[in-house]
Amino acid sequence: MNKVFWVLLIVLGLAAPWLTYPVFAMKLLCFALFACAFNLLLGYVGLLSFGHAAFFGGAAYITGHVITAWGFGPLPGILTGTLFAMMLGAIFGALAIRRQGIYFAMITLALAQIIFFLALKLPFTGGENGLQGIPRGTLLGVFDLNEPITMYYFVFAVFMVGFLIIYRTIHSPFGQILTAIRENEPRARSLGYNVERFKLIAFTLSATLAGTAGATKAVIFQFASLTDVHWQMSGEVVLMTLLGGMGTLFGPIAGAAAVITLQDELASFGSWVQVAIGGIFVVCVLLFRRGFVGELARLVKAKSS
Amino acid sequence: MTDAILQARGLSKTFAGFSAVSNIDLDVERGSIHALIGPNGAGKTTVFNLLTRFITPSAGSIVYDGTDITRAKPTDIANRGMVRSFQISAIFPHLSVLDNVRVALQRHLGLSYHFWRSNKVLDSTNERAMALLKEVGLAEFAGTTAVELAYGRKRALEIATTLALDPKLMLLDEPTQGMSAEDVGKVTALIRQVAADRTILMVEHNLKVVSTLADKITVLNRGEILAEGPYAQVSKDPAVMEAYMGSAEVAHG
Ligand SMILES: Nc1ncnc2c1ncn2[C@@H]1O[C@H](COP(=O)(O)OP(=O)(O)OP(=O)(O)O)[C@@H](O)[C@H]1O
Ligand SMILES: [Mg+2]
Repeated sequence: MNKVFWVLLIVLGLAAPWLTYPVFAMKLLCFALFACAFNLLLGYVGLLSFGHAAFFGGAAYITGHVITAWGFGPLPGILTGTLFAMMLGAIFGALAIRRQGIYFAMITLALAQIIFFLALKLPFTGGENGLQGIPRGTLLGVFDLNEPITMYYFVFAVFMVGFLIIYRTIHSPFGQILTAIRENEPRARSLGYNVERFKLIAFTLSATLAGTAGATKAVIFQFASLTDVHWQMSGEVVLMTLLGGMGTLFGPIAGAAAVITLQDELASFGSWVQVAIGGIFVVCVLLFRRGFVGELARLVKAKSS
Repeated sequence: MTDAILQARGLSKTFAGFSAVSNIDLDVERGSIHALIGPNGAGKTTVFNLLTRFITPSAGSIVYDGTDITRAKPTDIANRGMVRSFQISAIFPHLSVLDNVRVALQRHLGLSYHFWRSNKVLDSTNERAMALLKEVGLAEFAGTTAVELAYGRKRALEIATTLALDPKLMLLDEPTQGMSAEDVGKVTALIRQVAADRTILMVEHNLKVVSTLADKITVLNRGEILAEGPYAQVSKDPAVMEAYMGSAEVAHG
């Protein structure tokens, strides 16, 4: 079944600018990458972080700053933001990784609130207004990213690289041990695996790619704002992952698509959007406990056996 | 002159004022099968947890193969060749039987942090994994999801996984608990077989298993050593008989 999803992903990904607005498609890809990165942690390590907005938004600010103030190009800008998220992830991870369950979620939330506070108060972040007017620039001195189609394919490429890294991580010797740890942590420990180090590496990877998503978002929309680092952003990515199906490769993409589409369709209703999404979330969680893709996978499996 | 692979001195553990293990000396002789027995709650699992450093001793020291491991981490201990099983089944339930063993074999490949490599590199362990499964009689179940195995086979899988690390000292916590008589016989034979070139320390309730397997028995009661020696001697010890009297274990044993 995964083969079908791969084909679908690539065909839809290539055709998207002709099926919908490029900006909408780019936004979707950013959040899909964000959710996939988050899922690497929730779905494959079993750790629920409630602070991933710090990596997403933090990277958005850093990318925005180095492009605006230091004249970085879009690619070095995104790489710098990603690097920042990686370092932040290593620090958060080192502080939180020994905690379990709700304590882990609380610590990541608390640490992310510090980043929110810094984004509000630091001199270069633009306070309440955020960073505005980040130039998209020219990719590698050749491709003008102000061209929506060009920008889209750049974003698609970034997404695919991120997604392939996640795919490879899951299907690597490292991913095998992550699965073992999720299945039976004491046993993995008794076999000589340094469980904390595995979790820390996974956390850092997840944070890094969440950063890539946020950094790319800053270039697409040409701004970084407090919304990006707000705790609601951390909640949104949980929602996307659960809706689509945590622990499935393609689930978070479907979840991100569903949430972004809903937000877009219902935008004219103002704050009622949140209520509607909340309601839909409740219904979906009750109906599809494994998420869209998780349930689909189960159906296909049940049919074939 | 004895050659102890594992030596504990004055080992104690107190849980919030309750003394679960107090002042235990233990000598596990290299190449032997050593059994740890005692009534429920005697502190046997706690001793295992202390020896493998899953919990920190309140007092005492542990020397393994010439090195003081009193302050080592569980990971280090496993890497030095002392590998434990658990009282409740210690499998990776949703991995295949083959993958359960591969997870352990992967340990020695030294590429477990390589998240950028395809897991095809792990296929080099397949042959050894199948050999181990064959050794414990699970070869035909290689593709089965571990959780679907019958209870006795889960325990056999655990032993295969532990053996995959080629441990010098194997700690088995009640390997025959809850098994049918037939399975008990199989696991007993298996333990005897794998004990040929390693040391085994096992917790066991089934006295028949203990009497046929163990070279030396340590009887634990309320966290203290009650008696120690070969089965013939220990089973006649009046203190042991009294401790076991009225305990549910007598009926089972
Ligand atoms: N983490 C803990 N915290 C508090 N008390 C504990 C802890 N672990 C064990 N104990 C207590 O220590 C005592 C010894 O427990 P232990 O599990 O070592 O016994 P056991 O000999 O393995 O028993 P069984 O035959 O039932 O497996 C028990 O009274 C138990 O309640
Ligand atoms: Mg026990």
